[in-house]
Amino acid sequence: MTSVLDTPRTRLSGPEPSGQGPRRRLVVIGNGMAGARAVEEILARGGAGQFTITMFGDEPYGNYNRIMLSHVLSGEESDADIFLNSLSWYQDKGITLHAGVRVDRIDRFTKHVFSNDGRVTPYDILIIATGSRSHMPPMDGLYTPAGSVKPGVFAFRTIDDTRKMVAYAQHEHHRRAVVIGGGLLGLEAAYGLRSHGINVDVVHSAGHLMSAQMGPDGGAVLRRSVEALGIGVLTGSRTTAVLGSDRVTGISLRGGTDIPCDMVVVAAGIRPNVDLAVLSGLPVERAIVVDDRLRVQDEDDIYAVGECVQHRGEVYGLVAPLWEQAVVLANHVTGTDTSAMYLGSRTATKLKVAGVEVASMGLHGPELDTDEHIVFSEPSRGVFKSIVVRDNKMVGATLLGDSRKVAYLTEAYDRGLPLPEERIGLMFDFGTPDGDAGVGELSDDAQVCNCNGVSKKTLVDAVQGGCATVAGAMEATRAGKGCGSCKLLVRQVVEWAADGAVEEDPVANYYVPAIPLDKQALMAEIRKRGLRSVSAVFQALAPGGEDARSKMGLASLLKTMLAERYMDERDARFINDRVHGNIQRDGTFSVVPQMKGGVTSVQQLRRIADVAEKHNVPLIKLTGGQRIDLLGIRKEDLPQVWADLDMPSGYAYGKSFRTVKTCVGKDFCRYGTGDSTKLGIEIESRFQGIEAPGKLKLAVSGCPRNCAESLVKDVGVVAVEGGRWEIYVGGAAGAHIRKGDLLATVDDPEQVKVLAGRFMQYYREQANWLERTYAFVPRVGIEHLRGVIVDDAQGIAAQLDAAMQASVDSYVDPWLDRDDPQTPGQFRTSLPLTVLPQVPVR
Amino acid sequence: MSANHIPAGGKTFVLGPVEQIPLGEGRAFAVDGGQVAVFRLRDGSLRALPAVCPHRGGPLADGTIDLAVVVCPLHQHAFDLATGCSTTGADNLRPYAVSMDRQQNLVLQLPV
Repeated sequence: MTSVLDTPRTRLSGPEPSGQGPRRRLVVIGNGMAGARAVEEILARGGAGQFTITMFGDEPYGNYNRIMLSHVLSGEESDADIFLNSLSWYQDKGITLHAGVRVDRIDRFTKHVFSNDGRVTPYDILIIATGSRSHMPPMDGLYTPAGSVKPGVFAFRTIDDTRKMVAYAQHEHHRRAVVIGGGLLGLEAAYGLRSHGINVDVVHSAGHLMSAQMGPDGGAVLRRSVEALGIGVLTGSRTTAVLGSDRVTGISLRGGTDIPCDMVVVAAGIRPNVDLAVLSGLPVERAIVVDDRLRVQDEDDIYAVGECVQHRGEVYGLVAPLWEQAVVLANHVTGTDTSAMYLGSRTATKLKVAGVEVASMGLHGPELDTDEHIVFSEPSRGVFKSIVVRDNKMVGATLLGDSRKVAYLTEAYDRGLPLPEERIGLMFDFGTPDGDAGVGELSDDAQVCNCNGVSKKTLVDAVQGGCATVAGAMEATRAGKGCGSCKLLVRQVVEWAADGAVEEDPVANYYVPAIPLDKQALMAEIRKRGLRSVSAVFQALAPGGEDARSKMGLASLLKTMLAERYMDERDARFINDRVHGNIQRDGTFSVVPQMKGGVTSVQQLRRIADVAEKHNVPLIKLTGGQRIDLLGIRKEDLPQVWADLDMPSGYAYGKSFRTVKTCVGKDFCRYGTGDSTKLGIEIESRFQGIEAPGKLKLAVSGCPRNCAESLVKDVGVVAVEGGRWEIYVGGAAGAHIRKGDLLATVDDPEQVKVLAGRFMQYYREQANWLERTYAFVPRVGIEHLRGVIVDDAQGIAAQLDAAMQASVDSYVDPWLDRDDPQTPGQFRTSLPLTVLPQVPVR
Repeated sequence: MSANHIPAGGKTFVLGPVEQIPLGEGRAFAVDGGQVAVFRLRDGSLRALPAVCPHRGGPLADGTIDLAVVVCPLHQHAFDLATGCSTTGADNLRPYAVSMDRQQNLVLQLPV
């Protein structure tokens, strides 16, 4: 998106803070992307010297990137990662932030704002940035009799909305969701919920998806791509009611169809928040009316910015206009450039929606008889391109599934560039390498990153100044650090500018963040230099020295590589591995004694019961891996609990081999064909405590009925008729669900143990830190694994077996620390003295 | 006032030998009715913060540290050990002044 305004975007330094007279009082209502950005722009113009700044925010947080909420929902980003300004930023800048406080009224005559905490705050200059809220279209049953939204119904607007949706979606009873609204936000919500394994239907009232951004043909192609993700789509359907008395059980569509579901997400558009402005007597039509200086109509000291604003009849619901408005507003408020004018924005959408590349600008289709309409459609690949040309100028485009020409088309649209005679050249590059042409065609001052206003030239200069990686150029220019939708284009520009000399973005390949080496290179360096401890590795290989977030991964790798030659440093371990228990949300730990193959005895049961009684264990629970979990053990009690149990650790914590689940097998079961229990116990005895890049959960089933759920384990073994055993790898039934791939079918249990061990060792050596087998196996491919592990295609099988044997031989039960603490205060309590939230006791 | 400024003249507490804390780890101490996490960095220097993570009450003394930050074991929020400022968007903590006396005892100073 590019604005029509023509204002210098360079950050001029404003008047220096002077000692003369008190600073004026600037009050900002709204701490979202617009309010915070306006303040940033004001500070960049020397505003700190002119104003004492006070901000009010409805939400009890700093300022975050709302665009990224869909990534938080899908789990691609954590909510901590999307903060633009944390609370400390306000403190550092001397800004008074009233977070979680709502402004109820403005008195524009006495120049005060009144907030719901009883505070009366005077201002000299006021900025209103109240944004917008989700629109809840009228339908029956949306609210409870008490007037709150029915449990299970969500808007998708704030970080709290998102957190609640994630929590709800992860609840095991919640399997089905309906998203109302098939626009950008609705599709993002559907995609995000789908990644939690929820079945999702999208109900959209218009005839095709993203009807605001594209025509019916593009919508049809998008629909195919969305349906291919397993998302149901109902267009031309309106929701008339939310069903269920105290919680959601379904929805009703116009025409009488009901769709059962456990949750409803409403993404049916946004409405500007104008209540405050209306109450305070400010001019409001569709939104707060502002002039070209972003000043509220007929008010000298009140400005408004963002989605709550109506400018020349337009209300924007995208982020880029808001950046442009903030610049003009700041120029006026600080007096830096009083000639700056905002003349409106031309909006283009360029996004990845539900995993599909979508770009849209201007018209969706021809409107005049003389308009040319060029369309290319390849639904099977999810590719659709449509361009509208009027008077030899591009007036609109829609691109789906292939965004290589987006940069060029955006510029052609913004600037009215002359178009090629052969219109097909608008859509495709011929005879040129992929991507290059598109970027080469861009002019120097074409804006690549719209969030941070980074031009092609700025990026090219950064690359020529020595930033030869994409990450380096992004860091140096801030390009791609806003909404992130331009990352692909940034990469293309950097690659083009480096003329093939671009260094592959390495950070993604680092084994741990602090050391610029991938796993194999890191292992080679460790071997070459004979490093044996985590601190030695930091000293030799980490440019920035020790790094807390890299410690655990390095400790695991060194243990895997060196077995008993590893020099253990306790501070490199996560707390779980320092005290050999799983830390719980109240800071207590859980203790799981070993119970090989899920088999126990009267003596064990009695002892566990005695220990639980003696130590007042608040919760005794069977784990998913057939063991007994004693939850709520205080850290300082761990040694005594272990001593009283006098059983080995069952490894319910840590990134390591954990358990082998088994079924009854042939001894008792009518169907059992193999002795699964015996094999499970043998496997668990052999591999107990082995470290790995992620946890390893195994199972052995005695027949293809798979009562031990072997098909969804990291390594799963199934006895089949004829005394043979199938070995599956890379299965999962957790946050991700995946059926394991068949690695081999072998004739006897000994071979199972050899191949399982060889697979685990290969995984230990090759997988990225925290990469579970369900990601590792598809990444390297089952054929490759079969070659290495079964057929010894690389000739390393003996090496793998030997390395695993060394790890097996170095096993020591960590719970023996009970008699001989490894560090002073190893089991000293770290809990605060106040009462913590209790783990619920049933 | 900046976040790492501790007013002089607060209460002083001697917490015993520094060896109670292994290098590169933290330990919690009950002080004046509250709980303080004291960290002994790998370069031998000392830092002290409130023991409770402001995010969800995690035990910070159980966190993993380097020379700059402590990472809470519950949800991986990080805090600058010197300033107490969160680097991950959580609320900030106010650091305490901690040092070592001639007998190698930990000396903690709480503000008034």
